[in-house]
Amino acid sequence: MVCDLCKDGEAVIQLTEIEGSGVRQLHLCEKCAAERGVETTLGPAKPSQISNFLSTIHEQMPGAKGEPVSCPFCASTLADFRVTGRLGCAHCYEAFEVSLRDLLRRVHGNSRHIGRRYVAPLPSELPHVSSATELRDRLKRAIEAEQFELAADIRDKLRGIE
Amino acid sequence: MLDLSLLPDGGASWLDASGEHADIVISTRIRLARNLEGYAFTPRARDGERLRILTQVREAFGSLSSIEDGVLVRVDELAAEDRLLLHERHLVSKELAGLNEQPVRTGAAVYLSRGVGIMVNEEDHLRLQALHSGFHVADAFGVIERLDSELGNKVPYAFHTEFGYLTACPTNVGTGLRASVLIHLPGLVLTKEIGKVLAGLQQVGLTYRGMYGEGSEVVGNFFQISNQTTLGRSEGELLDYLVRVVRHVIEREEESRRVLLRDAGYIIEDKLWRAFGTLRYARSLSFEEAMNYLSGVRLAVGLKLISGLSVYTLNKLLIFSQLAHLGNSEGRVLTESEANVARARYVRETLAREAE
Repeated sequence: MVCDLCKDGEAVIQLTEIEGSGVRQLHLCEKCAAERGVETTLGPAKPSQISNFLSTIHEQMPGAKGEPVSCPFCASTLADFRVTGRLGCAHCYEAFEVSLRDLLRRVHGNSRHIGRRYVAPLPSELPHVSSATELRDRLKRAIEAEQFELAADIRDKLRGIE
Repeated sequence: MLDLSLLPDGGASWLDASGEHADIVISTRIRLARNLEGYAFTPRARDGERLRILTQVREAFGSLSSIEDGVLVRVDELAAEDRLLLHERHLVSKELAGLNEQPVRTGAAVYLSRGVGIMVNEEDHLRLQALHSGFHVADAFGVIERLDSELGNKVPYAFHTEFGYLTACPTNVGTGLRASVLIHLPGLVLTKEIGKVLAGLQQVGLTYRGMYGEGSEVVGNFFQISNQTTLGRSEGELLDYLVRVVRHVIEREEESRRVLLRDAGYIIEDKLWRAFGTLRYARSLSFEEAMNYLSGVRLAVGLKLISGLSVYTLNKLLIFSQLAHLGNSEGRVLTESEANVARARYVRETLAREAE
């Protein structure tokens, strides 16, 4: 997007101005923003709304080399993510790790969590969850997503259990 | 119809105006997004998976000691007007209530206790939230942190060593923490300083929205200020930062109010009394109209131009004059024009009772 003022530089700052009862949004390049007294050195411009976020992932997530086409757990693809802006499951973060690390840096200015660490309780401390039921859900989803190779794998695992 | 008075605190303790700067900051909300291991995220999950998630967390809720007397509400089994009622009361999000483009999801539920709630099968499997009156960030976080630790010992959260708590949308990943403050800034709007303040927020990694979150319009000069990023800073840093910036915004608002009184005393006084007069005598009020006049009356109370009206009453007027609340108290679903009449009557009677 080009700067609304000079129509030349690339817009990196979104400025909201209120005049009278109207609100107007200005997209400014670094130079014009600096001239209007807006500080531009505090960090990367961040998408403020889901639509901006979606356009970021649309333009900047081609998928990295060596990444699988779909997530081995939920059969989601990066193409699905580009449309919805939502990942399919926790395993997508591993499947598309390289692409996501890059995206997280753009969105948050960082990709490393430095907050609270979490240690999951031991499986013996948790109520039993049927893994056959879980596999059946995954099988249905893989078939719906026409991921037949993945579906065959899951079916084999399911046969192993049953 | 849903009876919210059956909730442990009537679902309204956050309106009691008890917190710091309660005339300017209506409420503080902190939420943590969490997902369970072993399931697809909610939008991708099948109905059966969401129901199993609900069963699994329901068992865990039964043994929580950090919140007492919680009530589980199956949002997916409620009529549309009751889902709207919960949303208007700020107890569930638009998404959980099925008020976005998507219908309500099977397995959508909320566990509610005093000032705390856990939404189940929202965009993330769990959204833990604390909602407190006034500017109360540390207290709200304390409650939610204890609840999170306890719940995380009973159900396995999805956590990644590098990325932190994993969420359906990467904008929430890391801490999963969103802290937001609902703040009334009429002074900054009237002195036309608000544009600079809002632009400043965005420059420092905070964001603002209308009263009802993402995509909602700003009405009645009520803004929600919250952190925009969730990754790369600790929970404490994110909260400290928000607190410092919001304190600064409060100071700017107070300064604007002093300027208004000093430079435009009688004009402002006239404007605010007219707002009061309209609310006191109107026979039909749209929601937006009511919000704007209530904003004026709230400012008048803050400036001590109008006495006898408590901030608690002003808070109640904001929430109870909404469509589903009016319908709930009349015991039937109201059309918009019926609601306008009911709203004017409710506001008129409340002001007659408490402001004279």
